[in-house]
Amino acid sequence: MKHTISVLLQNKPGVLSRVTGLFSGRGYNIESLCVNKTLDPNVSCLTLVSYGADQIIEQITKQLHKLIDVIKVTDMAETEYVEREMVLIRIKAEAGTRAEVLRIIDIFRGKVVDVSSKSYAVEITGDEEKIQAVIDILKPIGIQEIVKTGTIAMARARKTL
Amino acid sequence: MKVTGAQALMKCLKEQGVNVVFGFPGGAVIDIFDEIMKNKDLTHVLVRHEQAAVHAADAYARVVGDVGVALVTSGPGATNTVTGIASAYLDSIPIVVFTGQVPTALIGNDAFQEVDIVGITRPCTKHNYLVTDPNELIETIREAFHIARTGRPGPVLIDLPKDVMAAMVNFTEPKPVKMRTYRPTYEPHPGQIEKACKSILKAKKPVLYIGGGVIASNAHEEVTEFARKMSVPVTMTLMGLGGFPGTDPLSMGMLGMHGTYFANMAVSDCDMLIAVGARFDDRVTGRLDAFAPHAKIIHIDIDPTSISKNIGVDIPIVADCKHAVAAMNSWLDRTKEFNRDEIAVKHEPWLNKIREWKAKHPLGYVEEADIIKPQFVVQKLHELTGGDAIITTEVGQNQMWAAQFYHFNHPRAFLTSGGLGVMGYGFPAAIGAKMAAPERTVIDIAGDGSIQMNIQELATAMQYKCPVKIAILNNNYLGMVRQWQELFYDKRYSNTGLETAPDFVKLAEAYGAVGLRATRPSEVEPVIKEALATDNTVIMDFVISREEGVYPMVPAGKATTEMLLV
Ligand SMILES: Cc1ncc(C[n+]2csc(CCOP(=O)(O)OP(=O)(O)O)c2C)c(N)n1
Ligand SMILES: [Mg+2]
Repeated sequence: MKHTISVLLQNKPGVLSRVTGLFSGRGYNIESLCVNKTLDPNVSCLTLVSYGADQIIEQITKQLHKLIDVIKVTDMAETEYVEREMVLIRIKAEAGTRAEVLRIIDIFRGKVVDVSSKSYAVEITGDEEKIQAVIDILKPIGIQEIVKTGTIAMARARKTL
Repeated sequence: MKVTGAQALMKCLKEQGVNVVFGFPGGAVIDIFDEIMKNKDLTHVLVRHEQAAVHAADAYARVVGDVGVALVTSGPGATNTVTGIASAYLDSIPIVVFTGQVPTALIGNDAFQEVDIVGITRPCTKHNYLVTDPNELIETIREAFHIARTGRPGPVLIDLPKDVMAAMVNFTEPKPVKMRTYRPTYEPHPGQIEKACKSILKAKKPVLYIGGGVIASNAHEEVTEFARKMSVPVTMTLMGLGGFPGTDPLSMGMLGMHGTYFANMAVSDCDMLIAVGARFDDRVTGRLDAFAPHAKIIHIDIDPTSISKNIGVDIPIVADCKHAVAAMNSWLDRTKEFNRDEIAVKHEPWLNKIREWKAKHPLGYVEEADIIKPQFVVQKLHELTGGDAIITTEVGQNQMWAAQFYHFNHPRAFLTSGGLGVMGYGFPAAIGAKMAAPERTVIDIAGDGSIQMNIQELATAMQYKCPVKIAILNNNYLGMVRQWQELFYDKRYSNTGLETAPDFVKLAEAYGAVGLRATRPSEVEPVIKEALATDNTVIMDFVISREEGVYPMVPAGKATTEMLLV
């Protein structure tokens, strides 16, 4: 099962490899990973996505918690949350297709970030499914290059009536 | 006050209460050794291989109940410590290992004797540090000791670049270490304690299953009180031996792969399993779905990652074992539902059933008139030391016979590489133990294979006048592996014969130690007596029955009730 795990950790050398070591040491792959500083520059927030047996992921989550440099661990599966990825796509855009590409990008609320006579580079954000949908639609037109960020996730605010 | 990094290290060691350091010098740590020479408060034990320094520090830590310290140079000095560190990690032993490192400006350049030891030891330390800023040196050392000795203890490594040791630093007075992210839970949740006690009071067939956590947290008195008060039979893991008196009528000895018949039967039949500071290791559980299948499980452990790791737990209690068991004792004392005599009567049928199992298959072996049996040697060692020696072991059959037949009544008296199973642990550990408790008799129960893995430490034992005794149970085999080959590989003894071996008596003598040999059962007692009376390091070479096996045995992956018996 897919697990999106959010980790707050001290912003120090070596910390990231302690985190990833817990996965690789068990033969688990990390599908995506995103890290950056929080408001406090000494603290980073890391979001990672991994697939695996719930029991093993739970064990890894506990082990993550045990790392001296880790402040907080949340397995998003246990909460309601929003998640986003961003993708940059360079797509073939010649006379016949330029308008159609723009239309598709517009539907997905993407932005053109680079233009040449033969291609557009576009930026799109969304959850995993939306990003996949864009890719599927643009593929027949001709994707030349694609770069994706990892997932970032945030728990939803608790709604009280 | 301004001092050099190396001087600051000396001051920190003193402030942490460190009197003994096990180490070996090299280029990257000359500055430190220069200070050690001037430092009259510190004994440095010069080992002959860095692996031995770590095992000795590990044993020292186990005996004194505080942090052991090792100090080695960069590169090969550092890599030689890895096995010792990994062993301390799996056994949760508090040690701090200082490694030298090339100067900061050279790090990452493949400099001479440079190795990324922080990277190498990341998965086998509780935490580790590379100190690149001299201003962070002192705080790092204090934090390292704090991490090693608190919570679930473990090894911490600090990598010290040569220039950091030479740099001037500002020495500040110690203040309590406060860490943002590391706060182990010592106190149990009162609600969980109550729930656990109520549920234990309802049980008809309870078993107490204790592990190394009981030793680490000094919970043996609380555990003993609890077991006797509640008339609960007790079984111990290899790491838990000595956590409850082995000669007590409630003791069932060790459980698991080479545990007693009655301990394994009791666990598989019990309706309540109270695990204290134990981690349901595969050598204990055997086939998981057949382990304690009828039991409600209570698990007390300071490390939340140990709970429900292998086996689902009904009542988890995250706490220090000593605090938690003390809380259970006092809850029982306060409640009207608990009456010591009534409980004893209620559990009598259960204890009786265990007595029947014990009578049916006691721990034993087939005696022979002319050949020394290894179990007999261990029994004699127990008898002639009054059960009061500190026993270290190597790994293999020797380790299991020591665990089965030297009935440990006290904690911190059985030192063995339990989790990693390191051949070569026992002898350096004996030296470490003797440095920690010079007044105690220290015996390494060894195998002929294992002892050769750190035999060079005879020089260390001689140099520091460490009259430890080594009892080699000499079967001329890598016996434990041979036993598996005998049972599961149709006696194909591939590479387990050790016919080519040194004459251990002469070997001892070459170092100035004493060598004694026994080849007949009647010689065992005189040899042990002479060894114990000698104020020198002694190797006792017991030539034992070659193909003796360790029994009972639960074949790997089988249910613990599927035991092969003597
Ligand atoms: C460093 C290391 N290498 C290999 C092993 C695997 N191993 C476990 S027991 C054993 C045999 C040990 O032989 P010996 O010391 O003679 O003890 P015995 O079993 O004969 O009592 C071996 C090779 C190990 N535990 N440690
Ligand atoms: Mg042997």
